[in-house]
Amino acid sequence: MIQNVRGIRSIYLFEMARFGRTFWTSLMLPVITTTLYFVVFGSAIGSRMSDVSTVPYGAFIVPGLMMLTMFTESISNASFGIYMPKWTGTIYEMLSSPMSPLELLIAYVGAAATKSVIIGAIIFATAHLFVDVQVAHPLLMVAFMILMAVTFCLFGFIIGIWAQSFEQLQVIPLLVVYPLTFLGGAFYSLDMLPAAWRTLTLFNPVVYLISGFRWTFFGQGDVGIGVSMGAVALFLALCLAVIFWMFRTGYRLKN
Amino acid sequence: MTPVLEISGLGKTYKSGHQALSGVDLTINKGEIFALLGPNGAGKTTMISIVCGIVTASAGTVTVGGHDHARDYRAARSMIGLVPQELHTDAFEKVITTVTFSRGLFGKPKDPRFIEQLLKDLSLWDKRNAKIMELSGGMKRRVMIAKALSHEPEILFLDEPTAGVDVELRRDMWNMVRGLRERGVTIILTTHYIEEAEEMADRVGVISKGKLILVEEKDELIKKLGRKTLTLNLAEPLEVVPAELAQWNLQLADEGHELVYEFDSQAEATGVPSLLRRMSDIGIAFKDLNTRQSSLEDIFVGLVHQTKAGEQELGQPA
Repeated sequence: MIQNVRGIRSIYLFEMARFGRTFWTSLMLPVITTTLYFVVFGSAIGSRMSDVSTVPYGAFIVPGLMMLTMFTESISNASFGIYMPKWTGTIYEMLSSPMSPLELLIAYVGAAATKSVIIGAIIFATAHLFVDVQVAHPLLMVAFMILMAVTFCLFGFIIGIWAQSFEQLQVIPLLVVYPLTFLGGAFYSLDMLPAAWRTLTLFNPVVYLISGFRWTFFGQGDVGIGVSMGAVALFLALCLAVIFWMFRTGYRLKN
Repeated sequence: MTPVLEISGLGKTYKSGHQALSGVDLTINKGEIFALLGPNGAGKTTMISIVCGIVTASAGTVTVGGHDHARDYRAARSMIGLVPQELHTDAFEKVITTVTFSRGLFGKPKDPRFIEQLLKDLSLWDKRNAKIMELSGGMKRRVMIAKALSHEPEILFLDEPTAGVDVELRRDMWNMVRGLRERGVTIILTTHYIEEAEEMADRVGVISKGKLILVEEKDELIKKLGRKTLTLNLAEPLEVVPAELAQWNLQLADEGHELVYEFDSQAEATGVPSLLRRMSDIGIAFKDLNTRQSSLEDIFVGLVHQTKAGEQELGQPA
């Protein structure tokens, strides 16, 4: 199973060092974005919005905002992390090293997920500057954050292996994930939607993820926490299966 | 001799249908320098890539130090260092960081003294804190070698190691390769420069269209297949080769001032004494003469042409 711990550590630290080189940009971007969201949705629009199931609107959007950024950061960090060695050609070193696919996965996804969790924490801290938000289940909230980060980093890892250009690297996050996240209840409760739209929205997998995360904050969500956890576990298993197939066949890695 | 790398029936067919390798059998002995020669697209890099785990083989087996490279890949890959043909580097990394990273990737514990010595051996110590993007092409090539050697491999693959480097660096690299061999490292290099193989290799393999068409001791190869050329500088220029000398199949060169005779140096009768006697008989005098042994390059070109000609005769595309 896991034997080359030094190899994992090397890649993990290498990836984290890359994050460190752009630390201030990586730090400031979510802070500014979150601030802007709170200015627009929290103050300008939020002040005219009524509470959502007893939760003030400003606090209600915090989990959604965190997820919105964490989805995109997770996918972007993980896909970029594995795509860059492919693009520069340095992937030869990973493939010729005595590292198993699982070890490579732990190193790359571990680093990308760490970055995402750090950014999630920064957004959470920033949100506290604007609204009073309490977390009903802090341990579950942290666990859900980590699980989400890992799952979407796995998805990003798949995109990074699949992509053969920078355009392809961007296309799924921008054209699929971002719209699904916006329409997944980041800024509203499904109860606010007309019945037809509500039914349609239930086909959006992101709904279950945001709802689950929101449940850890307020003890309530659009769908039950069990359903949300099941959806995340299913997506995680699906991503692992695809990655397993990619490594087994050498898809866009060894051919 | 102890085999350190054994390749058997190795084949690779890409999805496009292109057959890059076909039925390659090769054994490399511990501590030797083996040069793999072949024209562009012959399959040299594909072969190395399969052995190193970068490309998946379609057929065949590879054993490295007794370890199957697919089943026991950790042990097999730990023994191998690879310097690829292209300069694949992380442009923003420092020299010492990237070399240390490579050592860690192979599961080796940190050893700053070893890394320091390695960088000094490759004249990189002064540049240890420079970013790779700031280095010249030759220095980047050295970094690639340092990365490949960072985990102290027993087998080193050098894929076109001196492509595009200047003469001085090429000589430095040759010295480095000899030094590694003295320390017991087995070296397998692919090259376009026949001079490189001639200078360094113990054995030579020639690959063409994915098939290993010859493996031989370098000196033996030159002796066995080598042809010599006798050049006679004539006292008076000739316009045509006299009919009396037709049996030697001579060529005129330098506007008739030179008569060139190519012969098999291993043949029982080279034809040289009889040629000289015949020339004397018909009154053709010469001022000077010299002989030249055919080089590995001549042999290589000859072999590849023979293969192509053979395929054309069989109706296969050249």
